[in-house]
Amino acid sequence: MTIMALKRVTRLVGEELHLDDVSLNLQSGQLYVLLGQTSAGKTSLLRVMAGLDRPSEGQVMLGGVDVTQKSVRQRNVAMVYQQFVNYPSFTVYDNIASPLRLRGFRRAEVDRRVKETAELLHIEALLGRLPAELSGGQQQRLAIARALVKEADLLLLDEPLVNLDYKLREELRTELKALFARRDAIVVYATTEPMEALIMGGNVVVMGEGRALQAGPTLEVYHRPGSIRVATTFSDPAMNMIDVSVRDGQARTKTGLALPLRGSLANLGPGRYRLGVRANHLFLQRRREADIELEGEVDLAEISGSETFVHLRHNNLDWVIQEEGVHPLQRGSAVTFYLDPEKLYVFGDTGALELAPATTPLDHAA
Amino acid sequence: MRYAFGKIALVFYLLLLMLPIYWLIVTSLQTNAQILGSFDLFPPDPTLANFTRILTDRTWYEGYINSLTYVGLNVVISLSVALPAAYAFSRYKFIGDKHMFFWLLSNRMAPAAVFLLPFFNLYSTVGLFDTHIAVALAHCLFTVPLAVWILEGFMSGVPKEIDETAYIDGYSFPRFFVFIFMPLIKAGIGVTAFFCFMFSWVELLLARTLTSVNAKPIAVTMTRTVGAAGIDWGTLAAAGVLTIVPGAIVIWFVRNYIAKGFALGRV
Repeated sequence: MTIMALKRVTRLVGEELHLDDVSLNLQSGQLYVLLGQTSAGKTSLLRVMAGLDRPSEGQVMLGGVDVTQKSVRQRNVAMVYQQFVNYPSFTVYDNIASPLRLRGFRRAEVDRRVKETAELLHIEALLGRLPAELSGGQQQRLAIARALVKEADLLLLDEPLVNLDYKLREELRTELKALFARRDAIVVYATTEPMEALIMGGNVVVMGEGRALQAGPTLEVYHRPGSIRVATTFSDPAMNMIDVSVRDGQARTKTGLALPLRGSLANLGPGRYRLGVRANHLFLQRRREADIELEGEVDLAEISGSETFVHLRHNNLDWVIQEEGVHPLQRGSAVTFYLDPEKLYVFGDTGALELAPATTPLDHAA
Repeated sequence: MRYAFGKIALVFYLLLLMLPIYWLIVTSLQTNAQILGSFDLFPPDPTLANFTRILTDRTWYEGYINSLTYVGLNVVISLSVALPAAYAFSRYKFIGDKHMFFWLLSNRMAPAAVFLLPFFNLYSTVGLFDTHIAVALAHCLFTVPLAVWILEGFMSGVPKEIDETAYIDGYSFPRFFVFIFMPLIKAGIGVTAFFCFMFSWVELLLARTLTSVNAKPIAVTMTRTVGAAGIDWGTLAAAGVLTIVPGAIVIWFVRNYIAKGFALGRV
């Protein structure tokens, strides 16, 4: 088993801080999803891991050896970019074969591996074509095949599915998950989409402003985000946030809304807090006796397939409700919605998590 | 209607452009007596004697060999110097890179005559006078900046990720450059070669001043046609036709990319 360790890695470009004191331990045979918004430092981190960029401070250790200054050519890494990067003047076959040939494999061995990998990615029928003659999805399959064929210790994927259409993305994502499961490499997969992180599973590293905000098994981080930053990043649509002050078993907002605190929340000491609730824990129908009833005015109802995102205003606060089914609500119409108080996240004044809702097996379906 | 008018105007313009070349060809196919004797739109009795004289007389065809030699040298030197330079400008940031890039082009703003005397002095001192390499090097002063500019444009159109992927795959830099990168910009290389060729082929001032006998360019040989008996029009015209040929051949190869080259690769 190989372990890659980043030790207090910082990268400054000019005056800009691209990576800020990142420390991580990555194990072979595991998948790590780097989750973060644009310019959160995902790509910078991948490039430092690959050896394409050097950290300004800190060390990169691979299998106990310091590889910080080692050039990318001497490291056994593979990388897939967001853009479809292939060698345009080589055929599909030569593209996949090129990393093997450079390592001096015998011709028969190269041939065997190229065909095997091409089959895994379902491009075995295209081996004689040039990359320009492939569709976008096929081009990215080729790039992935070239990354897989060399059986690198470290496989890096920088938002590989972003430039594909929805259908292809889902298809390739499922395939990738299965491919990674069989690999003995450290797989690092960067994405901006919380849903993608949940589907890929494995471990997640939530990034923000060049920092690794939180790392751990994906579901654990999803259910217990350590801070407001992590909760917002790892939630789509963004988590609804309310500032409250707690007194006498009630949480009051500045605007006069009072939420009774029950269950595990009853023990909250007096003080100022921020309450968070995910959009899929707000409902348009009452589900339980304990649900809190709230009134709001519809701003926008976005219908995406089988779900509706209702953006609404309640007491000058913006809320988003994610509801199953199609709900064509008129802008400006009044709506009653329900909040499940057991699903509230409580963050302290500093933004650190104080209380997370208990997880039920049902949530794992999310 | 407007379309038709545009067409007619273009055809007229084309005829106007082709007229001198046509006249050159017609003249080259006649004897001096015919040229001076009558005005013919088509040569009444075409002869290839003028061409035969040039292609068999050593003092004549040597001019072409000299010209082609230093032009060829110039293209090779320009490309082999400009390729790495353009790569550096397109891929790396270094102190003063933008200023240097602009300064390169500003070299071309000076007329060749400015450099004439220094070149002559320098080459006479180091013993390069009247050699092919002397003219090729002198022309590099003008062709290298142009080549760097054109190639840089083409190179910047290739995503940097391709370089990185090649390094990740384990390519050494020379191998990557020759086998992956150069095929990607082969149109740019062709266009650059064309521009270098054309500059060096038609440049006369430097070529004439820096040579005397051994590396005398064809354009200088052509002045020989003025003799005590007047000007040898037929031979002069035939020599003129032959100087157009190499350029025309080169243009044929890069005809699809020339527009991109004029935009210095930036489209």
